[in-house]
Amino acid sequence: MRTLTYRDGINEALHEEMATDPSVFVYGIDVGDHKRIFGTTKNLVEDFGEERCFSTPLAEDTLVGFGLGAALTGQRPVNVHMRVDFLLLAMNQLFNMVTTWRYGSGGSLKVPFVIRAIIGRGWGQSYQHSKSLQSMFAHFPGLRVVMPATPADAKGMLKAAIRSDDPVLMIEHRWLYDAEGQVGGADLVAPLEGAAVLRPGTDLTIAATSWMNVEAMHAATILARSGVSCEVVDIRSVAPLDDTTVAMSVAKTGYCIVADTDWVPYGLGAELAARLHNTCFGMLKAPVKRVGCAFTHCPSARPLENNFYPSARHIVREAEALLELPPTDLDGEDFYSYEKKFRGPF
Amino acid sequence: MTTAQELYRRMYLIRAAEDAIVERYPQNDMKSPMHMSAGAEAIAAAVCLAIGTDSLCLSSYRSHGTYLARTLETDRFFAEMYGKRGGTADGRAGSMHLSAPEHGYLGASAIVASVIPVAAGAAFSLKRQGKSGVVAVFFGDGAIDEGNFWESLNFACARRLPVLFVCEDNGFAVHTPAHVRHGYTSITDIVSRFRISAAETETTNASELHGVTERLLEDMRAHDRPGFVRMQYCRYLEHVGVNEDFSAGYRSRDDAQPFLAADPVATHRQRLLEAGVSEDWIAQLERGIRAQVVRSIELAMAAPCPDESDLFKDVMTHANAYVS
Repeated sequence: MRTLTYRDGINEALHEEMATDPSVFVYGIDVGDHKRIFGTTKNLVEDFGEERCFSTPLAEDTLVGFGLGAALTGQRPVNVHMRVDFLLLAMNQLFNMVTTWRYGSGGSLKVPFVIRAIIGRGWGQSYQHSKSLQSMFAHFPGLRVVMPATPADAKGMLKAAIRSDDPVLMIEHRWLYDAEGQVGGADLVAPLEGAAVLRPGTDLTIAATSWMNVEAMHAATILARSGVSCEVVDIRSVAPLDDTTVAMSVAKTGYCIVADTDWVPYGLGAELAARLHNTCFGMLKAPVKRVGCAFTHCPSARPLENNFYPSARHIVREAEALLELPPTDLDGEDFYSYEKKFRGPF
Repeated sequence: MTTAQELYRRMYLIRAAEDAIVERYPQNDMKSPMHMSAGAEAIAAAVCLAIGTDSLCLSSYRSHGTYLARTLETDRFFAEMYGKRGGTADGRAGSMHLSAPEHGYLGASAIVASVIPVAAGAAFSLKRQGKSGVVAVFFGDGAIDEGNFWESLNFACARRLPVLFVCEDNGFAVHTPAHVRHGYTSITDIVSRFRISAAETETTNASELHGVTERLLEDMRAHDRPGFVRMQYCRYLEHVGVNEDFSAGYRSRDDAQPFLAADPVATHRQRLLEAGVSEDWIAQLERGIRAQVVRSIELAMAAPCPDESDLFKDVMTHANAYVS
């Protein structure tokens, strides 16, 4: 084990899988330019050649269909999109084609296809460069949707995604790219399914996706000062969704807040709440609460942006209301921002 | 069999299978929207024969012709039409989503133009693996209105992918004629400005279409680039369904008359006779194909329906984790 950033974890996963499996290739808009997708595709062109890592025309829908064709004929393509928002251009290929092809072939064809998409946030990205949209993608059958939060999962889940015979959408939060953590070597492969307990606790369950795990861990630290023991559950895979691990936590704590990077209405929180109401209705001491983006468009101006995005502050306030605690003074608290990035470890 | 005989075999199979569908569709046992290939038999037969078995193909939802020309089989075809086990997807896909990966036919889509990018990806695969052959993708003239067509054309030309774009032009996108949809005169002129081998023809003579395709494939190989061909035909039946619609108002029987008079199956039969193929040989081939079709329909009707558990099969590599 050594310390590695989330960004380098992704890069290492691509290097290792491309080295061991010649059918793996990486393509997409600007994957081969000098910036190399925030460094995640660094040295792939140099090490594997233009045939296996190449920049493409700007044609998102066609690029996803192209990946399907390659996957059906023996390749393991990895298609990268610099913003999740751009995938809205590819909805036809994603959900009329990629997710249906195995079914339509009576199971005789498989679709080993990875799509990486990045959530942009901060420095005035505003409303077309900042969406995460995991609930929408998870609404359709036939697609795995994963959101690694730790550097180890960034590497391990991407490797598992590339080896999977299912189409996998991996949504990466840009603010996690600098996070450092202990990451295994070439033998590291993380399960594509299953939630993980990041911090054990007894009083309140916080189930979080992607970046919201960082905020949840911060909130847990603040709440601990008020004597509240939080259990933070990293959802990891949105589809399929492991509600059992969350339910086991809720059986212990009786309270649950779902902290998601997406908008709240019709979101992961609603799905998880419905499932928890089915599996542990009698054990819940209060209804499941949801924290997510304000239901408006993402603004560019910083003061508005701070109110748009959910943070540790929102989780703390929600927890206090839930547990009927007086509000903690958060005036001196240093919250994460574009300038003050989380660097780990969890 | 000569090439001309092979072409007739494919065209007659398509015609016989579809005639059987027209005859039995009113019985309401084939519960799937039918987009019939009648009138376009020569295109499927010519292209599928010319590209050879090392090539791959994909098509639009008007896929009966391509499927039958490629596979020559009717058991799985009819089982799928009847929604039965033993169909290409055990009855879950229907007429619009036929596939036969074992014959290099990767599938069909009911979203116009959506298979074109898939063909580009498959062609990239063939090229990477150093395999011979091309990926032929069949689409109607409505598909050339779509972004997927232009994006794939551009991408395939930029990367020199062995894709053969086959535009089966019947003059209508559903019921809307080309002049209403096109801000240009000739699609082939425009496509030929790309780095591609391009051709077009008005003939429905299967042997001529076969020749056009072979020359195009040679040019593609010689220049290491994709190809585009526009082939014209008349859709004999309605856009979806098994009836004629010359009285619907958007076209007339008079418009179709030149195509009906030059019916690709009947004229090819006549040319075979003129070339010295015996009436006996042709009649025996036709009898054999008709018997094959009848047998496949009987098998399909007798086949079991899918199990209830099949509902969740083949969505992903394991049972659908959403359903508990």
